[in-house]
Amino acid sequence: MATYSAIAHNFTPPAATTSTQVGAGAMTLIKSITASGDGTVSFVNGSSDVVLDSTYKTYIFKYIDIHPSASNPEFQVGFRDGGSLYDATKTTTYFNTYHNEDEGVDPGTAVGYNGDSDLAQSTGFQTIIQDLGNDNDQAGSGQLWLFNPSNTTFVKHFFGRSQNAHGGDYTQDIYYGGYCNVTAAIDAVQFKFSTGNIDSGTIKMYGIA
Amino acid sequence: MATYKNIRYNIPIGGGSSEVLLSEITASSDSTISFTSDINSTYKEYLFRYVNLHPSADNKTFLFNLSADGGSNYNVTKTTTHWRGIHGESDSPATFNYNAGDDMAQGTGFQNLYGGSGGDNDQCICGEFRLFNPSSTTFVKHFFGTSQGAHSDNYSINNYVGGYANTTSAINAIQFKFDSANIDTGTISMYGIN
Repeated sequence: MATYSAIAHNFTPPAATTSTQVGAGAMTLIKSITASGDGTVSFVNGSSDVVLDSTYKTYIFKYIDIHPSASNPEFQVGFRDGGSLYDATKTTTYFNTYHNEDEGVDPGTAVGYNGDSDLAQSTGFQTIIQDLGNDNDQAGSGQLWLFNPSNTTFVKHFFGRSQNAHGGDYTQDIYYGGYCNVTAAIDAVQFKFSTGNIDSGTIKMYGIA
Repeated sequence: MATYKNIRYNIPIGGGSSEVLLSEITASSDSTISFTSDINSTYKEYLFRYVNLHPSADNKTFLFNLSADGGSNYNVTKTTTHWRGIHGESDSPATFNYNAGDDMAQGTGFQNLYGGSGGDNDQCICGEFRLFNPSSTTFVKHFFGTSQGAHSDNYSINNYVGGYANTTSAINAIQFKFDSANIDTGTISMYGIN
């Protein structure tokens, strides 16, 4: 059997720079959780193989086909900055566009800022999908970026985009962003509905080198 | 003995990840951060992710421009859009708007990615910027980006920029900077997307 001591690649490796990760795949799946009638889904550093520390500068959470047990709840996220509560102080924005399946119904279409779903120095959970429908075929999906959560100098920025079937049979395209106005490290992230359980759906957490 | 000239993979190069880190620059009171190599036809999409950029002075605008000559000149013609959500820590303002003051219509100057970056010790901006198929010599070059930052007036601003470089010349360099301030700290990473 032949032994190959070297394999030549038919691509040009990138030039070396300051990072030891250069040339490597940068996006690593850390944890995938599939909900089944759960009140919350949490990603806690150091628990259940979750890494949420200085290992990565950016984390992405992808939530896919999240389906609520209740009618028209808000799908929400909270951040933990010490202790056991997901109550890091946040100031956020939330704007969206929507289009009704029945264009004859008022309102049929709109784009605008949604003051019901933003936060101003609040410790409450941030809405990332408002009024998610719970018909059997309705769900919501999207992704959330969280930047450098272990940093202890700066506030912690995050933003995301969601797409869902609204309880009123709209399609909604949602943009949200904000910062945890704390210099303490964020070491856990929790998702939940404002009321009821997460009947089904998957949330995947990735680290980006 | 067999000679292998070509090996084909059924996984993306880079460990299976769609993002391949090409270069990373950590700022230390730098006036600009430029990427002048590795932007070519290897990837159809390039991603620049900026984390915790902190300006040396308060209320500064974070900007970018593109180059078609390897970084000798950053002056590519662009037409762009610029829109954002704004919310103050005091609950005011709370608004979403198109920002005509920061878009471009066939301008060659630097494009605003985030206006009014705060200079308090705990303030910074983060975001992503995507540049599509920069080596094409047939089409204009599209880009879009999202920035999230702490504004100097203690607002959270979520900023969206999109547009195209209105040139059929290949784009091969990009530069980021604050207007009339240094990038005190922060990191910008460049990725190729498989």
